Amino acid sequence: MNTTEDSIVETRGLTKEFRGFRAVNDVNLKVRRGSIHALIGPNGAGKTTCFNLITKFLQPTSGAIFFKGRDITRTAPADVARLGLVRSFQISATFPNLNLVENVRIALQRPLGNSFHFWRPESTLSSLDGRALELLDAVGLSEYAGLTAVELPYGRKRALEIATTLALDPELLLLDEPMAGMAREDISRVSALIRKISQNRTILMVEHNMSVVADLCDQITVLARGEVLAEGSYSVVSRNPAVIEAYMGTGQGSAESAGQSSGNANGGTHG
Amino acid sequence: MKSNDSLMILALAAALAVAPFFIYPVFLMKVLCFALFACAFNLLIGYVGLLSFGHAMFFGFAAYVSGYTVKTWGFPTEIGILAGMLVSAALGLVAGLIAIRRQGIYFAMVTLALAQMVFFFCVQAKFTGGEDGIQSIPRRALFGVIDIRNDFTLYYVVLAIFLAGFLVIYRTIHSPFGQVLKAIRENEPRAISLGYKVDNYKLLAFVLSAALSGLAGATKAIVFQLATLTDVTWQMSGEVVLMTLVGGMGTVLGPFVGAAIIIAMQNYLAQFGEWVLVIQGVIFVTTVMLFRRGVVGEIGAYLAKARGTAKE
Ligand SMILES: Nc1ncnc2c1ncn2[C@@H]1O[C@H](COP(=O)(O)OP(=O)(O)OP(=O)(O)O)[C@@H](O)[C@H]1O
Ligand SMILES: [Mg+2]
Repeated sequence: MNTTEDSIVETRGLTKEFRGFRAVNDVNLKVRRGSIHALIGPNGAGKTTCFNLITKFLQPTSGAIFFKGRDITRTAPADVARLGLVRSFQISATFPNLNLVENVRIALQRPLGNSFHFWRPESTLSSLDGRALELLDAVGLSEYAGLTAVELPYGRKRALEIATTLALDPELLLLDEPMAGMAREDISRVSALIRKISQNRTILMVEHNMSVVADLCDQITVLARGEVLAEGSYSVVSRNPAVIEAYMGTGQGSAESAGQSSGNANGGTHG
Repeated sequence: MKSNDSLMILALAAALAVAPFFIYPVFLMKVLCFALFACAFNLLIGYVGLLSFGHAMFFGFAAYVSGYTVKTWGFPTEIGILAGMLVSAALGLVAGLIAIRRQGIYFAMVTLALAQMVFFFCVQAKFTGGEDGIQSIPRRALFGVIDIRNDFTLYYVVLAIFLAGFLVIYRTIHSPFGQVLKAIRENEPRAISLGYKVDNYKLLAFVLSAALSGLAGATKAIVFQLATLTDVTWQMSGEVVLMTLVGGMGTVLGPFVGAAIIIAMQNYLAQFGEWVLVIQGVIFVTTVMLFRRGVVGEIGAYLAKARGTAKE
């Protein structure tokens, strides 16, 4: 074991090529235990690819990944989840035709060890309903418990996804744009939720909304064209000329979010 | 069991119990064998989202196994059927291990290729009797006491086998395992990210489906006292897809209804010879174009809608 004591996940020289194109290039990332760490960068920077590599949904072309000091570079994705590293997806990932309780129960069910029991009635799972409802309540969804996931508005689907992820009580949570496409009031609700759940775990999140990043995150890594451009606290990163350049260079939408970011820089340094 | 479903299943069982008083029992037994086959197939396509295009290998090979063991080795009927089912389960394990990692159309192609290998094996192997198949398989008394030479008695045996298989499938769908299967069907990456080794779940479902398809084929061999190449052809694999789609995949009763429709058609339209195939083709296309959910699925959707508007 030769990782730094306080980092929960660490990548070394992480690289992913898609047919010669380097989507992620020599990324050395360290996420401190207990922190909320943001991974930001313009569209196509390689953020989601990084997530896919860390959770082993993609096999790196080269480089190594350590989780809690343990080399997980060759570990299967389901096993990574079992170690306590659980991700969400950029496009909201629920089980659309299952109801909310069933959605959360899927996550609760595995540790029970009866998931291969095809001869048991479904009612053996009802012992989990209480815990599922608690989790739904924690994300403000208890009143919708009987609906199927597909019936929820987008913002609530993200909340359901977080509840399902939390059901595994992961040590490290990877959230890929948890606020994307959300209305303002949903954003503040989910922000509060993320802050709450970060009490006893580590969170690595991709987020485009700079005021959210400024507000929530302790540490920020900026990716551009697959490479780490800058790293540090929000106030440091947002003043970095290379970062401003990278955001300006990618057209209207991102330039706006960069503008928004500098506008919120003060708000971020209060806390 | 959901009360709606148990009512439906009871009604079906009751209807089937009195059916031979009105309908020719051999025809009914054929329907039941194919219905069980289609239900087993539906477990995969309807609840795991896996399209197997080689299920005839389990159905047809089990028919050979039960036919051969009963006729040549003198196995009791029930042991012969069990042997067919177990051999199909084992075949399912091997085929599953090879196919399960492939996605979508590749999965269908691999299963088709494996089934063709089984077909050629059956063509070449001595014990299958080549073009003649295995004929005049004896109907030995069940458990040594129940005389099944009489079609009417045998019908109730077949009905019991069908209902047992049907209930196993129903329970599987509504079990902790079934919940995981649904999760995989709905969103496989998400299931993986929650720590499920999805290949293992798919494999178990595949083996269960193969075993029950084998049960259906083995039973059919006893009913018709015949096991032939027809049951291992790719056309047979296609037929079970057709039955399931026409009836409604992912519904509890759909495969039964689909099997009944297709078998009835084949029987009553037999006089038109090759035209049966054309008519089947037309029905298939119509179903795919107009009734995506199949007969049972469409009725279910209609009832749900009617109930919805009644509530408003
Ligand atoms: N499976 C793949 N095959 C080929 N190219 C890919 C694949 N996945 C991602 N890429 C490419 O890699 C680059 C990085 O993509 P990625 O999705 O990681 O970006 P991102 O930073 O998450 O962007 P966004 O903010 O838009 O979500 C893009 O150019 C993308 O087209
Ligand atoms: Mg992305």
